[in-house]
Amino acid sequence: MMEFSRKEFLKLAGIGGVVFASGLGHVARAAGPGAQQDFHFVQLSDSHWGFTGAKANPEAATTLPKAVARVNALTEQPDFILFTGDLTHTTDDPKERRRRMAEFRDIVKELKVKDIRFIPGEHDASLDKGEAYKEFFGETHYNFDHKGIHFVALDNVSDPGANLGDEQLAWLDADLKKLDKTQPIVVFTHRPLFDLMPSWDWATRDGAKAIDLLMPYQNVTVFYGHIHQENHQKTGHIEHHAATSLIFPLPAPGSQPKREPVLWNPEAPFKGLGFRTVEAEKKGGFEIYQEPVVKA
Amino acid sequence: MRKNLRQMRLGAAALVMAGAFGAAVHGAPAGTERVVEIAVKKFEYIPSEITLKKGEPVRLELTSLDRLHGFDLPDLGVRVDVKPDETVTVHVTPTKTGQFVFHCDIFCGDGHEDLQGVITVTD
Repeated sequence: MMEFSRKEFLKLAGIGGVVFASGLGHVARAAGPGAQQDFHFVQLSDSHWGFTGAKANPEAATTLPKAVARVNALTEQPDFILFTGDLTHTTDDPKERRRRMAEFRDIVKELKVKDIRFIPGEHDASLDKGEAYKEFFGETHYNFDHKGIHFVALDNVSDPGANLGDEQLAWLDADLKKLDKTQPIVVFTHRPLFDLMPSWDWATRDGAKAIDLLMPYQNVTVFYGHIHQENHQKTGHIEHHAATSLIFPLPAPGSQPKREPVLWNPEAPFKGLGFRTVEAEKKGGFEIYQEPVVKA
Repeated sequence: MRKNLRQMRLGAAALVMAGAFGAAVHGAPAGTERVVEIAVKKFEYIPSEITLKKGEPVRLELTSLDRLHGFDLPDLGVRVDVKPDETVTVHVTPTKTGQFVFHCDIFCGDGHEDLQGVITVTD
């Protein structure tokens, strides 16, 4: 199959400002900030390394390595990679937790792109308040700037009750106060900051406080994981984009009484699993491309 | 179960909950409330399916059998921490019918996502 770069594909497809699905993946046009120059990054999420559940994913031990290979095969390598939590599947055993984190780290070392930014998910950090995670991956909330965009990583999982907490909110407030109201801002976090589906634990208990702090800024986009599927919503002008997982999909919010993994389909292995590339454009906005773990 | 739960009650916290679920019944005369005992442990509410009647005052008595859990019934505005060796009491009077999912909102390990249940309110 002929490979197109993302820009070539956009040009060929004649799209922009639309949402559609194709063999190359799902594309969503997100309004948002303008970068100093065009670039793209990759978002990986929810690999749950160490998960064993054959009904949900009998290929749990190969899915993450396959995703790494797919990222390495991208025609244009990203500037950096964001990994939005649940790197590992939880365990009560601290030694086993560290073993899983070490294995995960060794697998993602194979990525060609070495600039990888991590945040924890509740499976990584909620049982020990992030202690093991920090040993392997560093701080759980931080910021950095890249080509004119201010990136903010928020931790809504080290507190097992899914709070950001007053200390982190104060840090966010102080960070934002340094910025112009037109500054392009990307927030990445694990859980949704808004109440997507609280009865399924798809929320951050004090997430509204973070959204209130972000609301005065005109160009804010949030990328998150946790819900194991694409989801695109707005709170006011702030866009929130959930990513697919690398272990098993979950049902659409409220589509069934209980939240349970979508079972593996042998007729369509790896269906619903994948990652995304995000193109930040100088003219403003993002192009979001959904990429499968295994090409059709 | 009832005996075990009572043995674990070293303390009790009484709460009054108001909201979409129902009006508070603080001060209701003794004996007018139906009592529903709910135990929680990794990774199960016992019972996990509860049927209530609309308009009937109910006292939910929650006890953890192992560690800190949550009892979150967000559609109906009820949430409490459930600590070991302590009973937390929630007074409610359902004012609408339907099925309402409750879950643990304090991450408690591999199986946390399975720790959920349903309250069905009937006429």
